[in-house]
Amino acid sequence: MIQPPQPILFRNARIVDPDSGRVILGELLVAGRVIAAIGQGLAVPANTQIVEAGGRVLAPGLVDAGAFRSDIAAAVAGGFTSVILMPDQAPPLDDPALVERAERLGKPRLWVRPLAAATRGLLGRELAEIGLMREAGAVGVATGRAAIADSAVMLRLLRYAAGLNMVTVCHPEDPALVHGAVATEAEYATRLGLPAAPAAAEAIQISRDLRLAREAGAAVHFATVTTAEGVALIAAAKRDGQDVTAATTPEAFLLNDIALAGYRSYVRLSPPLRVEEDRLAVRAGVADGTIDMIVSRHDPQTEDAKRQPFTEATPGAAGQALLLALALTLVHDGVIDLPRLFTLTSLAPARRFGLSGGRLAEGAAADILLLNPDSSRVVDADTLPGLAGNTPFDGLPVSGRVEMLIKGGEIMLHDIGGSRS
Amino acid sequence: MTLPAAADPFPYSHLLAIEGMKPWEISWLLDEAEQWVEAGRRPRKHDGRLAGLTQVNAFFENSTRTLLSFEIAGKRLGADVVNLQTGVSSVKKGETLLDTALTLNAMRPDILVIRHDSSGAVALIAEKVDCPVLNAGDGRHEHPTQALLDALTIRRRKGRIESLRVAICGDILHSRVARSNFHLLAAMGAEVRAVAPPTLMPAHVERFGVTPFFDMDQGIEGADVIMMLRLQLERMDGAYVPSTREYFHRFGLTRARLGAAGPDVLILHPGPMNRGVEIDSAVADDIQRSAITEQVEMGVAVRMACLDVLTRKRRGERA
Repeated sequence: MIQPPQPILFRNARIVDPDSGRVILGELLVAGRVIAAIGQGLAVPANTQIVEAGGRVLAPGLVDAGAFRSDIAAAVAGGFTSVILMPDQAPPLDDPALVERAERLGKPRLWVRPLAAATRGLLGRELAEIGLMREAGAVGVATGRAAIADSAVMLRLLRYAAGLNMVTVCHPEDPALVHGAVATEAEYATRLGLPAAPAAAEAIQISRDLRLAREAGAAVHFATVTTAEGVALIAAAKRDGQDVTAATTPEAFLLNDIALAGYRSYVRLSPPLRVEEDRLAVRAGVADGTIDMIVSRHDPQTEDAKRQPFTEATPGAAGQALLLALALTLVHDGVIDLPRLFTLTSLAPARRFGLSGGRLAEGAAADILLLNPDSSRVVDADTLPGLAGNTPFDGLPVSGRVEMLIKGGEIMLHDIGGSRS
Repeated sequence: MTLPAAADPFPYSHLLAIEGMKPWEISWLLDEAEQWVEAGRRPRKHDGRLAGLTQVNAFFENSTRTLLSFEIAGKRLGADVVNLQTGVSSVKKGETLLDTALTLNAMRPDILVIRHDSSGAVALIAEKVDCPVLNAGDGRHEHPTQALLDALTIRRRKGRIESLRVAICGDILHSRVARSNFHLLAAMGAEVRAVAPPTLMPAHVERFGVTPFFDMDQGIEGADVIMMLRLQLERMDGAYVPSTREYFHRFGLTRARLGAAGPDVLILHPGPMNRGVEIDSAVADDIQRSAITEQVEMGVAVRMACLDVLTRKRRGERA
């Protein structure tokens, strides 16, 4: 029989529970893989490890509602205990056996929860074996890096997924409009001579998919919303009572197209960076609840894939290791509070995809992170934990470091006061 | 234009773009080019100032005239000129661009002239090599020596650039020539117009200080200079414009259309021309108004000036 891990008591922690919205200064006891007690002056078992938190933030382990790679080092450094994996793998997750294998990828340190490919080979033509993949562990179904161009296929997908009570994760970019584009049609794309697509490509796709989802009575989640018009469409659909959620990335609320200057291929993203008005609208959407989740779209790329001219470089950024520090800027700026931060990064993704997690309450699974919100550093792409360091935030000073991570009561990371990057 | 004493008239190690260059730096380069116009008209054209220096023209995109122009410019200055063209290089064998750049660098060239079909690719190479890099065209981004030779042609014909009305007409969207000219002409105080169908007009050209026109007759009205751009034939088969015939009807430069322009209008084209597509033969061959062959001559002079200026530090000379 496997020994249960040693109990851990956190003292003087700012305990953030996004579920109840409460922040209390106190103690939290982890025992037998669950949160055994929260309070003051707790009675502890004899062999308990005591962690003096010194006012640091204790919060639920993060749940990433959209990563393209299973990258344990990046996920652990970033404070993630569960990662929802996009089906865009090699080969695509369009078969129950592949889903089952993907689910085992991170164990025991990380829970990888795969999304089933909506269509065979993610080609947007024939439905994949979604029902069998659900039984193999898929937590939802996704169109992948691209939208399904054919509206008839999309409608059938949404109807079929709704019949299985699965959420469909949609990529909101009109495929024909964004074909060959590497930037958003705006001043900087023109200045730099980059092939560009209008930002409306997002709104056009969201409109179609929302309407088809309504037709099908399906639950939809938009993998990433990055434009003002997209945010407005999601807000309107929510007002109409439609079952829709949406995510965004730190890039979308922290950067705009000016970052393209210099042609740094780390800034080659999909969807591409938008203009300042879009950035501000996404920020407002995160604050007012239109946007439900902040996700990493973690997509580490090799040096070879990125050491290319901008238009030829593979899109994508390594996002997990820095996500919490970047999202914390919204707290520092007073846009959101701490419970909302962990709703966006833990509770909401867990709820939408039917996972445990996102709660710090007695009896909940002990998936916990300890955050030092004041620990500052300068982002260094070369030493970023994970498979690769392709981050557009290279050189940016940030504060907020995950100093401890506990998964199912086991310590995955313990570096209080350390200087790990 | 006079310079502050002791100021470096060209404080750059590479020539990658016109964007960001000061008007006095542009004027100084054009002044430098003048001597090479005169030298090129003498029977003995050779000047040995680049003797012993290696100039590599690395063209990752097909070119005939620009490559020839750079080769002649280098040879007239006495450099050892080597040409590398994509078709015969290892780029086709899967080597990355940066590996090719490092290989070239290891051969210790004294100046690299690079053309590439990706915007920003020349700047990327410039970061990795130890010698001056001259951008001979990168994607849709810039083609600085083309804008300089256009400016030299205009200045010699019109005596100035400031306050001239210049209409740049055609496929602006895909044109690096247009972008370099926008920056140069705006910096020099010209009134710049961009004339194209909406499908070939990039977003926000007005941010370059350029006024967009979708109608050719309005766009060239009162123009002192009309700069025609080449329209790639593959873009005319219903992709960006319905047909060659319709394009020529609406945007082709004809004698009849020229009536709207200024009486002494100067016509430029970066070549190669599509006669009967963007320009009527009668207009192209009008020796009073067309400066198209003169542009080719100015191209050699401007490139000689750029090669000379960029290698001065290596040759132990003050700029």
